[in-house]
Amino acid sequence: MSPQISPIADTAHDLELAERILTPDGTRLENPQLDAFLTDVDAASMRALHRDMVILRRIDAEGVALQRQGQLGLWAPCQGQEATQIGTARALAPQDYVFPSYRETGVIYARGAEPGDYVRMWRGEEGAGHDPAALRVAPLQIIIGAQTLHAVGYALGIRHEGTDEVAVTYFGDGATSQGDVNEAMIFASSYQAPVVFVCQNNNWAISEPVSVQSQYPIAGRAPGFGIPSLRVDGNDVLACMAAMRWALAHARSGKGPAYLEAVTYRMGPHTTADDPTRYRREDELDEWRRRDPISRLEAHLRAIGELSDDQVAETQAAADVVAREMRAECLGMLTRPPLAVFDGVYAEPHTGLERQRGEYAAYLASFEGEEGR
Amino acid sequence: MTELTLGKALGAGLRQAMRDDEKVVLLGEDIGKLGGVFRITDGLLDEFGASRVIDTPLAESGIVGTAVGLAFRGYRPVVEIQFDGFVYPAFDQIVAQVAKLHYRTQGRVKMPITIRIPWAGGIGAAEHHSESPEAYFVHTAGLRVIAVSNPEDAYRSLRQAIASDDPVIFFEPKRLYHHKGDVDLDAPLADAAPMGLARVARSGTDATLITYGAMVSTALQAAEAAEDEGISLEVIDLRSLSPVDYDTVAASVRRTGRVVVAHEASREAGMAAEVIASITELCFEYLESAPLRVTGHDVPYPPAKLEKYHLPDLDRLLDAVDRVLDRPNSLTGADA
Repeated sequence: MSPQISPIADTAHDLELAERILTPDGTRLENPQLDAFLTDVDAASMRALHRDMVILRRIDAEGVALQRQGQLGLWAPCQGQEATQIGTARALAPQDYVFPSYRETGVIYARGAEPGDYVRMWRGEEGAGHDPAALRVAPLQIIIGAQTLHAVGYALGIRHEGTDEVAVTYFGDGATSQGDVNEAMIFASSYQAPVVFVCQNNNWAISEPVSVQSQYPIAGRAPGFGIPSLRVDGNDVLACMAAMRWALAHARSGKGPAYLEAVTYRMGPHTTADDPTRYRREDELDEWRRRDPISRLEAHLRAIGELSDDQVAETQAAADVVAREMRAECLGMLTRPPLAVFDGVYAEPHTGLERQRGEYAAYLASFEGEEGR
Repeated sequence: MTELTLGKALGAGLRQAMRDDEKVVLLGEDIGKLGGVFRITDGLLDEFGASRVIDTPLAESGIVGTAVGLAFRGYRPVVEIQFDGFVYPAFDQIVAQVAKLHYRTQGRVKMPITIRIPWAGGIGAAEHHSESPEAYFVHTAGLRVIAVSNPEDAYRSLRQAIASDDPVIFFEPKRLYHHKGDVDLDAPLADAAPMGLARVARSGTDATLITYGAMVSTALQAAEAAEDEGISLEVIDLRSLSPVDYDTVAASVRRTGRVVVAHEASREAGMAAEVIASITELCFEYLESAPLRVTGHDVPYPPAKLEKYHLPDLDRLLDAVDRVLDRPNSLTGADA
């Protein structure tokens, strides 16, 4: 079942080296490595993936809009990366546990996030936007690469207990330069931990092109750690799903960790605080617009007569509903009262912090009744 | 009662904690077959196996980050950092992850991780093997910080640290690893005084000498020497550096009115500065003289042949005692 992994011998950053099933114009290719992982994916499944990606893009656009309107402090857009996130996350089993970075809006969407979950952290109401236990997704991680080690530790627990779960971690091309990510690969390999590394190589770490992080295809590093890897076209949702199914099956079967590099592109800024016009060319964006993940699958589905204008319109309408719910949740959020700043630092009472809380409570109480004067 | 070295008491504490709770797992470098470079985990691999006594790759951030993931999974990891000066590669995971995840998730994710650190100087070690980094961790919200000074405390408070749902940085004074003391191995943890309370190690009336870790022994020696000169010193072993038990500290200072705080760590923004600031806030009107610090100098930990000029010793403690008591001292000269 597991495809043969050929060593990567060149040092080019050519997307054509990545595994692909759908060409940018929507033509389906035969892929001897990955087709075996898609035998159950029919037109209805592909329409569902299309719908997921359309909704995700709409959520992302709403996040940007809410930030521009002053409702969010920050937003990290994932436009362009829909196929990577949806394709890989839809391959997960319910019992798997995910350790994402901050850009994985599509991953928490696929794991069943509620509309408010997308914005709670970015609005500054909470440190974590969603309930980790409910989604089986750790809080979005902002420290670059730190979460990869958490996934390995979680996977050690899985291995110890002998269950069929897999821990999955998402990170970017920039993170591959971090010590933590490399340490995570060493620990995962040494203990043969059931963990899947998903590197979303979106070509940019804020203003630094991937060439600053790596002069060699990133997936090519993993075999040096004893971890099999695949490099896939990250804008091809079918390739992403198939490759992730391979990686998950590998890890789930007790063969140890697996590694995916999904080559995609961050169409928007790093965050809403970033200005990519200072560091990248418009013609590069044009090039990637032609490789768009949604229009690619849409072209394929239309070509095989499995997607109508009505269906597209219905999907767009459903996406608008999600965006409206997200906006309503966002605008309706109630900020916790002042003393909540002290809540949850410790699980058990801490006398030093309790003293500070008492002092601040007394300070706040000293203003009570002043407004009426 | 059983007489044990501090090192053996720690090992007994680990063994008991692992017997009490199967979710307790150990991670560290050389902790398996070797039993750790200080042999604290000696015998635990044989009893509990390699999936609970885990020899790790040589990567401290990796060790602590992996412990975080195990905590997500419901484990109670106990990490051994081989030497105090090796903890810095793990600093980000400790400060940005271990300390914050409970707050970030409002308690949905707990981090019951104990990070054991063989600690501080006085053993003539190589560079990076004698450091006192406790202030970094005391400064970090979300962590508890414990420093032990004797076998009985070591045995009890290590088990309490492991049982705590909060992360604990647990400092073990290397130079006391071979010091012996009586330990009640069968005392139920439930009956023990809560972790976080200070201990009056010696009662006295003229001045309060506050310290922790290996310096407690030095302080007790100083108190004995002072007694020969008719000075009665109270010695407080803080035991917990976060939180500090200011009830015990303030009760003593209100009686004596004079305070010396001592530690091996360097002075600037150190533990003594924090304790004295709090004492000043809590007990200002009781103070008869300015509280003093006796600490390591603000230098990188010096080469072994020079460490005796860096570490506070009995004479430096007594000189500070003379100063807070307005007795002749190194600043006034013998004629004052």
